[in-house]
Amino acid sequence: MSGRDSQKPASTPRRRFLREALTAAGGGCLLALGAGLHARQASALPAQAIRPPGALVEEDFLAACVRCGLCVRDCPYGTLRLADMLDPVATGSPFFTARQVPCEMCEDIPCVKACPTGALDRSLTDITKARMGLAVLSDQESCLNFLGLRCDVCYRVCPVIDKAITLETRHNPRSDRHAMLLPTVHSDACTGCGKCEKSCVLPEPAIKVLPRKVAQGALPAHYRKGWEEKARNGESLIGDQLRLPVRGFDGTTAGRAATETVVAPATPAAPIVATPQAASVPHASALNSRWKP
Amino acid sequence: MSARSPRGQVSSRSLLARSRWLLARRLCQLGLLALFLIGPLLGVWIIKGNLSASLLFDQIPLTDPLLLLQTLAAGHWPYVTAWTGALIVLVFYALVGGRVFCSWVCPVNLVTDTAAWLRRRLGIKTGRTPDGNTRYWLLAGLMAATVLTGVLVWEWVNPVTLLHRALVFGLGGASLLIIGIFLYDTLIASRGWCGHLCPVGAFYAVLGRIALVRVSAHRRDACDDCMECFVICPEPQVIRPALKGVGQPHPLILSGNCTNCGRCIDVCDRDVFKMTHRFDQRSAQ
Ligand code: SF4
Ligand code: SF4
Ligand code: SF4
Ligand code: SF4
Repeated sequence: MSGRDSQKPASTPRRRFLREALTAAGGGCLLALGAGLHARQASALPAQAIRPPGALVEEDFLAACVRCGLCVRDCPYGTLRLADMLDPVATGSPFFTARQVPCEMCEDIPCVKACPTGALDRSLTDITKARMGLAVLSDQESCLNFLGLRCDVCYRVCPVIDKAITLETRHNPRSDRHAMLLPTVHSDACTGCGKCEKSCVLPEPAIKVLPRKVAQGALPAHYRKGWEEKARNGESLIGDQLRLPVRGFDGTTAGRAATETVVAPATPAAPIVATPQAASVPHASALNSRWKP
Repeated sequence: MSARSPRGQVSSRSLLARSRWLLARRLCQLGLLALFLIGPLLGVWIIKGNLSASLLFDQIPLTDPLLLLQTLAAGHWPYVTAWTGALIVLVFYALVGGRVFCSWVCPVNLVTDTAAWLRRRLGIKTGRTPDGNTRYWLLAGLMAATVLTGVLVWEWVNPVTLLHRALVFGLGGASLLIIGIFLYDTLIASRGWCGHLCPVGAFYAVLGRIALVRVSAHRRDACDDCMECFVICPEPQVIRPALKGVGQPHPLILSGNCTNCGRCIDVCDRDVFKMTHRFDQRSAQ
């Protein structure tokens, strides 16, 4: 930062230096700030852009990836590409769009091996442990299986079939005599490879892979699931004395088979009035919430 | 055949004789680009990746040390591969000259050299040139911004890596930025980007302060003050101390900002300059 290289007149060198330094510092700060803001805005990955397997969480990834494209070069399926300057993804960083070319989940994970910086974490050695994103059956109104047909394509192409995605049998209330086999994604096994989104037969896929941060909710840290605690503890933590009333039923539907049709109560439901008196009369029909299992 | 010099004077030597270093440099710049491109285009993988980091012969990692520095500033500790690559590149440029990166490797140099040539040709004298130290402030600014944000902010806009990546990976988004730099250098500031603003050049200039290979005005006694070298040099301020002996007895150009482009050797009819090493303090008699 010495001024050795610049030629300055001998007169008022100090003032001149100060002015130059201030101008330069101002310009520099402005540029850095602009770039910083740009970076901050872009640090949230758009929903359709998925990072390669083993990628660190987005903030850390943007600190580690030098945008060399070595992962892109070593992907045998042409899945990955580097973001262009006008793409919504951080300039030069690698990503893929599942609907275009999904990740084929190579067993030897060449993209991770190619990364010189650790932006793709080499501790990922089993590709089924990759968590690139999470598939979400986002449009139940269009999914053919939800309409009662047997498409199942997303289920059948899944490299982690029957763990990442299962078909859950449900009664079809419309025909009243068929089953619906609902594709159901499980976050503990889905790698986010995007094969399901790629192969969804609809013009616009009903199942989509999203960045996990976008796709997933989270329970508050203090929540405990009673049944899990019970299983772990051998018995209920709070004992068996508490029996909560079953609201909304007159008792006849208890224990019915899953295939039975739910019949709406004959009496029209009265509006729920949450008065202390009403709460103390658990089985009154005024409390019918029209809840169906 | 006689040739017109940058200042319009007629030289006794042929254009070819006056362009040896320039041709070598262009060959190096374009050859490097070709090496990076024959992989994706022809499937011959001599070098893979881009100027940020690459893999030579599928074995030797290369990393831009400034990028390694940025990842460190952003709070990431890179793998040994990246460190090894950065060390190799550091040693290389410490030997051949820091800003050899600028004049022999960087693709932006092709753009700014063209702008400088056009400016000379059209006789454009307008504009306002920023202070030459701005680049060091920008370098400090980008490092500070990287520490503050924890991400590689500079790589969002770095024209050097952007252009190289665009060429090697076939992206188009960088073109606006590059056109901007070209217009800025042509119309607003002579040698504006590479000579005053580029923080990548500033980084390599710091490295260049210890570089081994240096240009020497070893026959400075023969200088007839034609000023050709000052006109053609991308960093003209570095010549004076060596050629005129201002503030130093020896004829070596030791400023880190000398890019070792060899253009002064090219244009000098009196054969004043030569490429040598930093311990060669001799002057020819
Ligand atoms: S696992 Fe294979 S297909 Fe998937 S991104 Fe990596 S290299 Fe490409
Ligand atoms: S190889 Fe690593 S550093 Fe290079 S672009 Fe891919 S993720 Fe980024
Ligand atoms: S993204 Fe789809 S195909 Fe891939 S693992 Fe998840 S559910 Fe299976
Ligand atoms: S100053 Fe910057 S843009 Fe110019 S040649 Fe050097 S690194 Fe490239």
